[in-house]
Amino acid sequence: MSFARGKLTAVMGGSGCGKTTVLRLLGGQVKANSGKVLFENEDISLLNNEGLIKIRRKMGMLFQFGALFTDMSVFENVAFPLREHTPLDEPTITDLVMLKLNAVGLRNARDLMPSQISGGMARRVAFARAVALDPPLIMYDEPFAGLDPIALGVTARLIKEMNNALGATSILVTHDVPETFGIADYVYFIANGKIAAEGTPAELMKSEDLFVRQFIDAQPDGPVPFHYPGKTLQDDFGITGAAS
Amino acid sequence: MMHELVNRITRLGSFVRSNIAGIGHATKMFITVIGRSTGLLKRFRLVSDQVFFLGNYSFVIIAVSGLFVGFVLGLQGYYTLNRYGSEQALGLLVALSLTRELGPVVTALLFAGRAGTSLTAEIGLMKAGEQLSAMEMMAVDPVARVIAPRFWAGVIAMPILAAIFSAVGIVGGYLVGVPLIGVDSGAFWSQMQGGVDVLKDVGNGVIKSVVFGIAVTFIALYQGYESKPTPEGVSLATTRTVVISSLAVLALDFLLTAVMFST
Repeated sequence: MSFARGKLTAVMGGSGCGKTTVLRLLGGQVKANSGKVLFENEDISLLNNEGLIKIRRKMGMLFQFGALFTDMSVFENVAFPLREHTPLDEPTITDLVMLKLNAVGLRNARDLMPSQISGGMARRVAFARAVALDPPLIMYDEPFAGLDPIALGVTARLIKEMNNALGATSILVTHDVPETFGIADYVYFIANGKIAAEGTPAELMKSEDLFVRQFIDAQPDGPVPFHYPGKTLQDDFGITGAAS
Repeated sequence: MMHELVNRITRLGSFVRSNIAGIGHATKMFITVIGRSTGLLKRFRLVSDQVFFLGNYSFVIIAVSGLFVGFVLGLQGYYTLNRYGSEQALGLLVALSLTRELGPVVTALLFAGRAGTSLTAEIGLMKAGEQLSAMEMMAVDPVARVIAPRFWAGVIAMPILAAIFSAVGIVGGYLVGVPLIGVDSGAFWSQMQGGVDVLKDVGNGVIKSVVFGIAVTFIALYQGYESKPTPEGVSLATTRTVVISSLAVLALDFLLTAVMFST
C-alpha cells in the first residue's frame, strides 16, 4: 500500500477491519510485527521516542471525534501545537490561529469551550488544529462519522480544499462511500487484513468484484455474511431432512 | 479433585504475578513522571494552574471539615481533660491532634475523595476521548504535559490544604472551648504556644502531608492513565482511586508515625 505525495488517498473497509490501525502504524503509535512502514524513506517501526517525536511534527491527524482538549478553549486548542513546537510570539500565534479558524469558518467561536460546540464544529476545530503547523502529511480517522448532511458536506469540502491548498499528502480512513468517492484520488479497500481492491473512484464504481460491489451498493449479504458464522439454522433448530 | 487443586494454584499464581507486575508497572510510571518533570521548571505556569484548580476543588470541603473536626475535638477533649482537672491544656490537645495526625490524614482522605477522583476521571476521559493519543500525535509527550504538572500540583497543594485544615480546626476548637464552654482564653493559647514544637510536631505533620500528597496524587493519575478507555473503565478507576489511596494513606500514616515516634 502506498500513498502518493500530494494526493488524497482513501482507505476503506468495514468496521474493525484495521483501517485505523493503518494510521496508528504511520503515526508510530503501534509497531508493525512484520513488514516496513516507510515515511520519507524512514522506517517508522524502527524509530525510538525522539525519532518519533521528530517525525510526528510532519504529520497532522484528525481523530474520529475530534479529540479536542476539553480543558482548553477552541482558540487554545488550535494554538496548542504552535505553542509547543514553535518559538513564535503571542501576536503571531494569534494571527495564525485566527487564519486557521477562519479557514474552517469558526473564527467567531474562538472563545467557546469544546463542551459548548456541536460535533461537526468540534471536527472542524480539530481540523484547524491538525493543520496548524502545515504538515506535509495529514491523516483523517473517520472524519465523517456521526455528522449531519450539512456538516458532512462541509468536512468533505474542507478535506479536499486543504489537500489542494497545502499540497499535503492526505490519507482518509472511512467507510462513507459517496463522500469519499467524491473527493478521493485513489481508494484502497481492506478486508481480512489484505487489500481487497484498489483504484480510482471511477474504476471502483465499475468494479465487478463481489466485495467492492457489496460495499458500494450497501448490500446486507455477500462476501461479508449477514449471519455470524457458526452452526446452521437447521442444526440449531434440530430440523433434519428438510429441503434446504 | 487434582484438577481443581491445580486450577486453584494456577489462579493464585497468576493473581500474585499480575499484582507484582502491576506494582512494577506503577513504579516504572512513577520514575517516568519524575524523569519527565524537568521541563516544568521552565513552564511552572502549567503546575501553578493545576495547584489553583486542585486547591479550589478541595478548599471548601477541607475548610468546613476542619472546622467541624475542631468543634468535636474541643468537646471531646474538654470531656476527657476535665476528668483530670486539666482543661487548661485543651488548646494544646487540639493543636497537637491536628498538626501531628488529623490535619495530614483527614486532608489526604478528603483530597483523595474530592481532587483525586476528579483527576482520575479527567485523565480517564482524556484517554477515552483520544486526547492523549492526539497529543502524542502532535509530538507532545502526554506524561510530561498532562501527568507531571498535575502530579507536582498535588504534591504542593496537599501540605497547604493540610495547614488550612489544621488552622481552621484550631479555630473550631477555640470556638467550642473558650466562648462556649468557658476555658480560659489565655491558658488555651499559651499552653498551645508552649507545648507545640515547630520541628517535631508541625514539621512532622508537613512531612506526612507531602508523602500523602505524592501517594494520593500519583495513585489518582496512574489509575486514570491506566483505565480502560470506556465509561465503565473510568468509573471503575475512580472507585479504585478512593479505595487504594485511602488505604495507602492510612498504612503510610502508621509507618511514618512509627518512624517519627522512634526518633
